[in-house]
Amino acid sequence: MTVQKDISLEAKNLAAVFEATGAEIVELDFLQISNVLLDLYGEDIRGRAFITNDPVYGEMMLRPDFTIPIVEQHMVNNVSPARYTYCGKVFRRQEDFPDRPREFLQIGYEIFDGANPEKADAEVFSLVNDALSGIQVRIATGDIGILMAAVKSLSTTETRKNALLRHIWRPQRFRTLLNQFSGLSSKPHPTQDVEGYNKIIDKFEIIGSRNVQEIKERLQQLKSENETAPIDPAEVKILDDILSLKDTCTVVLSYLEKVSKKMQGIEKTVDNFAKRLDFLGSNGINVDLLDFEGSYGRTSMEYYDGFVFGFYSETYKDLAPVATGGRYDALTERMGQGKKIPAVGAVLRPDLTLLLRENNHD
Amino acid sequence: MIRLGIPSKGRLMGQTFDWFLERGINLVRSESDREYAGHIEGIKNVQLIFLSASEIPRELSSGRLHFGVTGADVIQEKLVGFNRLVEPVSELGFGFADLIIAVPSFWVDVETLDDLDAVSAQFRDIHGYRLRIATKYHRLLREFLMKAGVADYQIVDSQGATEGAVKNGLAEAIADITSTGNTLKANHLKILSDGRLLKSQATLFKSLSAEFSQEESQVANLLVEKLST
Repeated sequence: MTVQKDISLEAKNLAAVFEATGAEIVELDFLQISNVLLDLYGEDIRGRAFITNDPVYGEMMLRPDFTIPIVEQHMVNNVSPARYTYCGKVFRRQEDFPDRPREFLQIGYEIFDGANPEKADAEVFSLVNDALSGIQVRIATGDIGILMAAVKSLSTTETRKNALLRHIWRPQRFRTLLNQFSGLSSKPHPTQDVEGYNKIIDKFEIIGSRNVQEIKERLQQLKSENETAPIDPAEVKILDDILSLKDTCTVVLSYLEKVSKKMQGIEKTVDNFAKRLDFLGSNGINVDLLDFEGSYGRTSMEYYDGFVFGFYSETYKDLAPVATGGRYDALTERMGQGKKIPAVGAVLRPDLTLLLRENNHD
Repeated sequence: MIRLGIPSKGRLMGQTFDWFLERGINLVRSESDREYAGHIEGIKNVQLIFLSASEIPRELSSGRLHFGVTGADVIQEKLVGFNRLVEPVSELGFGFADLIIAVPSFWVDVETLDDLDAVSAQFRDIHGYRLRIATKYHRLLREFLMKAGVADYQIVDSQGATEGAVKNGLAEAIADITSTGNTLKANHLKILSDGRLLKSQATLFKSLSAEFSQEESQVANLLVEKLST
């Protein structure tokens, strides 16, 4: 039976791995103002976090993670490069998995360094890998950056690309849009065009903050969308192939190098992928055995947009991941209001690592 | 003593009394109307508890009520994993209501959830904040929109007169219960064609966590026999 005291000890041991790098140890408030979290994660965060109310600040949340408050603190300190580590409890509502804990310790490590992103990626991954040595885990990796680059290099309109990019993290909606844009399924057809709308507009009461101009703009947009040629099936095929990749990193790299001859827009991210594998290799990770999945990381919250990874129990298939991490440049850029703050990080769950360690001895 | 929860107010209470009476069960409210208690004529060991329909789910899930009448909508909103906590005995055939998403009628470019999602992105770009949907059904709406892959919206709480929220500048869209749709029309709103979250009606539920003594089981079986459809 796992007890709190043992988990705390396990946490201490794991935290030592990250503190040994000289990273700054961060402590944070339990209560966080909701606005920032809501703005970045969207309404879904309300389904995952415990919400409370402050008479002055309004809605507040028991911290569901450390990442965003750390980015905020980093922006105030404004010293780069920076490395932070932390160990503390986070709180999650568990509506879908009532048996999972509502509060648990999380250990994290975050690097803010734009000088050599692939090296930083490899550093985070390798540290987590070291911390988990001796525990049987399955490792999954991916790269959302390659997907995004593939979408950006489609030969179609910016509107379509932006719509697809917005839904990278919602595979089902991404597919619906891709099917519409490639002519495989029907698109929304409004009953009115702008001219028709002008004629009937008097019949309506205009209410709320979305105004008539915005509606006309969208009608216009739908019209031009319907007049735009479908995306080339050959390009859709490449995108599909990338999405369904599932092999070792080495095999995937040689495949992607071939693909980037046909789809030159992804060349840079594929180069970066190669660089990252080199750094991982020099850290002692065998990338010939490391798994890569083209779609990995897409169902997490809108968050990671580059390298992504997760460590899972082989024994307990339903167990939450033991550790997850990745690059989240888009998130920090949004928080920095356009200012780039490249960042990569990871979190570990000492309660789960302990469970797996105990299991090893059985 | 079997504890049966009955909605304490308005038409829902009246219709519940009628429905039980049609099945040979006469609910009697205590002599003072101000007292929220009562019994069943001719059946001993049943205590009526009059409660707000919105509190009945909680009481059923805690097992403080053995049975209770309330809407399927509030059961699903308030109880996570509701089918592990309560079991429907009978649908009462009144209190019909659908939980729907509605937008202003003059949004001629919005008919479906696809459109709502696209408009949420447009709205956020232009206005700098997420499109607001007013509702009291936070959980049901969030789950529904998550499954549908709608992003860039936010829920604002509205516990009453939700249909007026858009006109009053509190939200851009709403999610609420409707039966005829007349109130929506009067408030210049229209329903999204695929924006129906659930169909609801007044339902008699049995608690799956309440304890039944041998004697209580007998009374419960008698009730269920008379009331099942």
